[in-house]
Amino acid sequence: MMMSCKEATRLMSQEQDRELTLRERAALKFHTMMCIGCTNYRKHMDFMRKAAVRFREGIWGGG
Amino acid sequence: MNDSATDPRASAIDWNDPSIGAIRRDMLRFAQIQLRDAGAAEDMVQEALIAAMNNASGFAGRATLKTWMFAILRNKIVDHIRKSSREISCADLSDGTDEGAERIEALFNRRSMGKSGMWNLDDMPSTWADPDAALSQKQFWAVFDACVNHLPERAARVYMMREFLDLDTEEICRQLGISSNNCWVILHRARTGLRECLEDNWFKGEVAA
Repeated sequence: MMMSCKEATRLMSQEQDRELTLRERAALKFHTMMCIGCTNYRKHMDFMRKAAVRFREGIWGGG
Repeated sequence: MNDSATDPRASAIDWNDPSIGAIRRDMLRFAQIQLRDAGAAEDMVQEALIAAMNNASGFAGRATLKTWMFAILRNKIVDHIRKSSREISCADLSDGTDEGAERIEALFNRRSMGKSGMWNLDDMPSTWADPDAALSQKQFWAVFDACVNHLPERAARVYMMREFLDLDTEEICRQLGISSNNCWVILHRARTGLRECLEDNWFKGEVAA
């Protein structure tokens, strides 16, 4: 059975902090293939990481 | 010590240059969002500046001066947190654990049996138009700042230790005396809240504009 979006977001957050297991990655891939909301969520997590790295290195534009 | 005085790279930094003042202002902003105490943030930045001046020979020119100074500041803040970790045990941080849990629960559908745990239509993350362009806009960073500040105190603390100080979750758990599972849960809530805040206050307006 497909995991819920709530569970998927939980894994997508953890993905920012640790390597997911093969099983977790497969389940997530299966889920995001069919869920635009979670596909967006994942892109947003990557973007937020990028923003945080800029912020912590003092590279923010115009400010 | 004497090396730094004679090192040509060290003397290449002009500490009276106006650009140093601009870097100092940004360092202060970085320290303030994390310490939430203007005095402590000011002290921290001052310490970092003195350390930078005393170790100017350590500036290898690989990074920009600003990035190098920010690395020094981050180390100072990490030291400060490690030293005071007993004082700021997690129990002291107001947090609204239940409130945080309710907020995240509310995003997902729990009515029909087969569909439980799926996004509510209104809360489903939308497609952000050209998010990278936001990174070079001053107003975006003001929204980013405000959204981080808007998180419940404990969520903000854990999120910033992870993302702004680049500590791993194991160390964060140790410093705050929480279980690693609790740490994952708090980070998940913090990121979900921050994502929603950025979408509502920046990207939605962007798309419409």
